[in-house]
Amino acid sequence: MTESSPKTLLDVRDLGVAFDSEVGAVHAVNGVSYALREGETLGIVGESGSGKSVHVLAMLGLIPRPPGRVTGGEVLFAGRDLLALPERALRKVRGGQIGFVFQDPMSSLNPGMTVAAQIIEPLRIHLGLDGRAARARAKDLLDLVRIPNAAARLDQYPHEFSGGQRQRVMIAIGLSCRPKLLIADEATTALDVTVQAEIIGLVQELKREIGMAIIWITHDLGVVAGIADTVQVMYAGRILERGPVDDVFRDPRSAYTLGLLRSLPDLSRGRAGRRRLHQIEGAPPDMRHPPPGDPFAVRNAYATPRCLAERPPLAQAPGAAPGHLVAAWYDLPARLAAEGVSR
Amino acid sequence: MLRFLVQRLALAVPTLVIASMIIFTLQQLLPGDTATALSGEERDPEVIAFIRQKYHLDQPLPVRYALWAGGVLRGDLGESIRLQKPVLDLVVEKLPVTLELACLAMLVALVIGVPMGILSAVKRGTAADTLANGIALWGLSVPNFWLGILMILLFSVHLGWLPASGYVSPFESLSENLRSMAMPAFVLGNAIAAVMMRHTRAAMLGVLGSDYVRTARAKGVSPLRLVLRHALPNAAIPIITLGALEFGQLLSGAVLTEQVFSVPGFGKLMVDAVFNRDYATVQGVVICTATTYVLLNLAADLLAAFVNPKLRRA
Amino acid sequence: MSHVGSPRPGVIGAGTGLPPATGLAPATPPRAEPGPFRAFWNRLTARRSAIVGLVIVVALILMAVFADWIAPYDPIATDWGAIRSSPDWAHPFGTDEVGHDVLSRIVFGARASLGAGLTSVALAVALGLPFGLIAGYAGGILDMLIMRLTDALLAIPFLILAIALAAFLGPSLTNAMVAIGLSATSTFVRLTRAQVQAVAAEEFIEAARAVGNPPWRIALRHILPNIVPAILVQATLTIAAAIIAEASLSFLGLGQQPPEPSWGSMLNVAKNFLEQAPWMAIWPGASIFLAVLAFNLLGDGLRDALDPRQRT
Repeated sequence: MTESSPKTLLDVRDLGVAFDSEVGAVHAVNGVSYALREGETLGIVGESGSGKSVHVLAMLGLIPRPPGRVTGGEVLFAGRDLLALPERALRKVRGGQIGFVFQDPMSSLNPGMTVAAQIIEPLRIHLGLDGRAARARAKDLLDLVRIPNAAARLDQYPHEFSGGQRQRVMIAIGLSCRPKLLIADEATTALDVTVQAEIIGLVQELKREIGMAIIWITHDLGVVAGIADTVQVMYAGRILERGPVDDVFRDPRSAYTLGLLRSLPDLSRGRAGRRRLHQIEGAPPDMRHPPPGDPFAVRNAYATPRCLAERPPLAQAPGAAPGHLVAAWYDLPARLAAEGVSR
Repeated sequence: MLRFLVQRLALAVPTLVIASMIIFTLQQLLPGDTATALSGEERDPEVIAFIRQKYHLDQPLPVRYALWAGGVLRGDLGESIRLQKPVLDLVVEKLPVTLELACLAMLVALVIGVPMGILSAVKRGTAADTLANGIALWGLSVPNFWLGILMILLFSVHLGWLPASGYVSPFESLSENLRSMAMPAFVLGNAIAAVMMRHTRAAMLGVLGSDYVRTARAKGVSPLRLVLRHALPNAAIPIITLGALEFGQLLSGAVLTEQVFSVPGFGKLMVDAVFNRDYATVQGVVICTATTYVLLNLAADLLAAFVNPKLRRA
Repeated sequence: MSHVGSPRPGVIGAGTGLPPATGLAPATPPRAEPGPFRAFWNRLTARRSAIVGLVIVVALILMAVFADWIAPYDPIATDWGAIRSSPDWAHPFGTDEVGHDVLSRIVFGARASLGAGLTSVALAVALGLPFGLIAGYAGGILDMLIMRLTDALLAIPFLILAIALAAFLGPSLTNAMVAIGLSATSTFVRLTRAQVQAVAAEEFIEAARAVGNPPWRIALRHILPNIVPAILVQATLTIAAAIIAEASLSFLGLGQQPPEPSWGSMLNVAKNFLEQAPWMAIWPGASIFLAVLAFNLLGDGLRDALDPRQRT
């Protein structure tokens, strides 16, 4: 990105989220902080339970409460703290300045409403459009997401669309009010590989037309490589590594990121290439009792005694590109070099 | 839609045929000579002979059933020994009264049960939810004939606001008709309201937790619109189909409610027939009740299909 | 089988927001879990409403069993000197139109109500369970026949069927029990069949079949224990319905015959004396309500304790 003066659009500071359960509170998100510039595409990667989806849902008041609750922090969006906004004001932000695309296009569209009715809804709420104008806009939006014969399909129900088309409809809804930020939560996970590529291509085209910032949440590092400017790796409710996508892929500093990279067959090279579909052993920690140190330490072959005892801060990785941050006590490049692995 | 209708009908017909066999076979339970037993209080040999001939009691059971079922299909439900009238005439006379009572009771159940269920689902885990569940448990547990007696004690005996009994036809005076039906309809609707509340709550909880409701919230939809436009129409399908099963409870309950408030309907006809050993009438009423119940369920299935866009277009 | 508390092992963690285990070794050692019955008991007693239900049920059963010791008077002894006397120290619940002590009749009436509730449901389970097992496990034409028959029985509303049966069998408490039991049977056939089909699809049944167990052994040793929880819950809730049904039949005059006491038949008489002796109507109805409420509370509690998936 070569923007002249990139203004901060979203500033997340020390966000924490917990879910109360019969067996104690589950700390799903713990002290997450990061910033997103206008027009930036951020890829957030992690396995399920890493807090990657929950923390964005919590920002906008979309987690079920109870049992969910925000335990602390602030989220500045265009200068206002979303967490402090009353529900009514937050509704103005949701679907207006921030659009959403959810994972499963089968279940994320209302089966009992026509596609037109579902696209028009945010137009009426946020832009005050109604009647003919709203319908015309809905048709334009279906055109925009490349659904052929849009006018004829407006009055159809979701079950009359294919999976890929439904996700296009979701994207049309997400973009309907020209948002400053589009949040895509596992938007292509439920789709076939070919449809997945089409949807990613579409989103990149639309980004060029509209210029919104994007948060792309996925468990698939491969998807991030194709779409993001910045990548952020989350684990057990924390950010383990974050930086420009090229730099993180070329020079990972967290053992977890390395493990994720090694599980991508087409990106593995050298000796690692022979260990195709490498799997990270072990299970994530019990989030009712988060470990005191580095949450990944118990699964990490490079962990030091300090990793188990003390939590590493997220800080600039020495010798890496500016803005490439890592939370680790161990020095991954040095350890890999000692093993004789060249990356 | 048409295929769906045909499918449902194809299921309903054998159900009713087998039900009629069961109902017909009931008379085999009668102790002693069937003809003598069927004649009830009468011991007139002429009547017994008439019955023996009428029911073809000299024939084997399957033949008797076939002859009887043929009659039923032609609208011949037999003769009421006691009233010397065709059973069909009695049924046609009494059925509208019970249907009015059942419809009013269903209205009470819907008006109380559905909003309460929505409220308790939306306010899950709050005091309002606990209260609504408590009321539902009360409604499920209180025997409706006792509730009827208590209401008569309060509203008729003590306050004198409503008549304790005495049915007035709506064609005579609609206001008097509603006054006489108010307590029976409430008593009968009470238990169904509790069931509807539970069904509505469960269906709404399911829908409110769905992905598309989250999508709607992500669009900035207001809570009221979320419930009424997004959640309720989708919850309506299970509410309708499960609610229709309660018609059975409604028809069962009507027997007791009619007894308590002396409403001259189906239930009263049946109980009077039972005590007068008027077995043809009992069988006729049961057949008609089963048919009504199956038809009401069929209607509810069609209504649910109409609400569901997937089936409406098919 | 250790599946009493969790018919599908592995789904307990679902929905708690906990991440699924993906690797080999758990990060934290699993804590010792209590035995299945103990866990069930803990879950049941964690709900105050279930305990209330259980306590009332036990109290009512004790009242029915020890009625001879508890009741202050003979329930069918008439006292012509005290007809429809309002509640006082001698007769705390008053007396009825022939001078029966209402309290004593309530105490003895528990026998008819609870007895009918338990007996008729026992009959319904005894008939419904085998037919449901056959329908669910054997399938084919047998299944089809049994299902059509239950469809037909379910097309006749419960109480209407019970009244019709009682009418043809003749009015008596025993016949009322039989009528209620037969009317409730189809519910258990359906439930058993659905449960059997669900359990039969599980892998451990596949495994039992693979090692050469005969069908009857699989049905009785492997499937039956796994469907007991669902049957138990349904039975408890059906007892509540059966108590109302017995009271209804007795209220109509088709159940317990006078002078033997039953809560339903007491109400039948009481409705003729509402203005003069309202206490005759209050206590029997309150007793039915309490008994039905208790079984409903217990049934709801059992369902929640036995099947965490259906928790409301």
